[in-house]
Amino acid sequence: MFKDKLFVAFGERDGVPGPTITEVLKAAGCDVIYQVTECFV
Amino acid sequence: MGEYPVVQSFSYLLAHTPEFVRYGSKPKREIKFNPELGPKIDAHLRGFDEAVSYPPNQVFLGNLHPEDLAKRPEPWWQNPVTDASPQGAYGPFLNQLEFYGFLKIVDQFDLVWFSPEFTKQVRMAINNNALLFENDLEKLGEGKPMNKIKYAIENNAALPLYFKNEIIGSFQRDHDEDEALQADVLLENLVTKASGVVAVRQLLKRANIKPESVDYIMSCSEEAIGDRYQRGGGNLAKAVGEECRLLNATGSDVKAFCAGPVYAMVHAASLVKAGTFDKVIVFGGGCQTKLGMKFQGHLKKDMPILEDILGSMAFLITKDDGVSPVIRLDAVGKHNIGDGSNQQDIMTSLVVRPLEKMGMKMTDVDKISTELHNPEVTVPQGSGNVPLNNYKLMAALAVMRKEIERGEMQKFIDERGMPGFAPTQGHIPAAVPYLGHASEAMAQGKIKNALFVAKGSLFLGRMSRLSDGLSFFMEKNKGNKN
Repeated sequence: MFKDKLFVAFGERDGVPGPTITEVLKAAGCDVIYQVTECFV
Repeated sequence: MGEYPVVQSFSYLLAHTPEFVRYGSKPKREIKFNPELGPKIDAHLRGFDEAVSYPPNQVFLGNLHPEDLAKRPEPWWQNPVTDASPQGAYGPFLNQLEFYGFLKIVDQFDLVWFSPEFTKQVRMAINNNALLFENDLEKLGEGKPMNKIKYAIENNAALPLYFKNEIIGSFQRDHDEDEALQADVLLENLVTKASGVVAVRQLLKRANIKPESVDYIMSCSEEAIGDRYQRGGGNLAKAVGEECRLLNATGSDVKAFCAGPVYAMVHAASLVKAGTFDKVIVFGGGCQTKLGMKFQGHLKKDMPILEDILGSMAFLITKDDGVSPVIRLDAVGKHNIGDGSNQQDIMTSLVVRPLEKMGMKMTDVDKISTELHNPEVTVPQGSGNVPLNNYKLMAALAVMRKEIERGEMQKFIDERGMPGFAPTQGHIPAAVPYLGHASEAMAQGKIKNALFVAKGSLFLGRMSRLSDGLSFFMEKNKGNKN
């Protein structure tokens, strides 16, 4: 499902941060082209 | 005396500032693109009485406790507190006129201009305010003629100041070109100063200490004070200390994004334990830019705009007095630079490791205070229930560590957590809004200890992607001074 797809990982400080999403996606063989963590409060 | 310093007193204040919502960062930007939003926002602003009787605000000021809020019917905005008082147990709720008054009183550079008529109105509103110092009322002056005010708005990039949607004054820039001294930046800074001043003055009253007995004052606020060559130069602390007549104190600012208050408390406690200073004040002023931050969610749900308030707070840290709650400096939780950024690592750093230093488990903590953002503000805008998210993570960690069973997670959250009640003012909700309640609960023998856990968002400044956080453990004084 994720093959040949590019990902932007948009994380949340009090939820799942960007680096964690990126690790998971990379472990699944995905290409993460940008990752950021934001704080929505 | 005991080995560790104590939090001898505290104050929490709110100021109702609906007229400043238009200058909050999000409303200001959105209104610029879509001017039709202005009247829609106006139509959803609350009056003072409605803001006072809003249950989370009563909790922040100490008239209700978090456990009372947990039992109240929701939505809170539709179930106001009957006969709610603007005089909180921990500090007052200032109305817009009163706040305008203090804004002008702390203005040393003639940035705040009011018309003569409005000056009279403000003087009447603030005349008997308990937080006035001698000579404060003189600083209100007589006002500036309206034609000068209008000229400044039309020609000198001054910001119009409103009351009941009428222009009653203007806020000046202090330089033609320097971006750091434009009206919006200076307004942000002066708002933090004014709200910080009232918090510290309230603290001095509650603590019943002379201002000149204080050695050191620290700000944990998030403004950036300076000119173009030193945009964040700061030392709001000393500026506030001056307005509070702390004649024998100096001060400095602690900057750590939202986690600032917890860092400042640990710094202050460490200064007292080291014997460097005896009486240290930590304060956080309100955040102008965060007013109306989630307004879109509130408009969508036809709710009042709940972010119409500035929060401010102050704490007095002293040597052990045998009575006040103790800060255990041997168990500060820190998220190190080399630690992982996933939630498990963060919570392990901030919660598990400091407790292990004291031979304790998570289940030995009576109350855990985390980011206490009012969920009624954040949920309508899709930002979730921040305290609950944090409590769920902690409960999950307790399961992983086999301290509780999976089926006991909700019990863990109910017993040790609390609903968010603090205004979403950045550093203001960062764990310490519960400190006053914890202090009372300890004095009444209801709890023995509380852990205060806050996180900071370094990535917002685009200098680092690091996660950040700090925690401190506070416990009931054992009453042994020797």
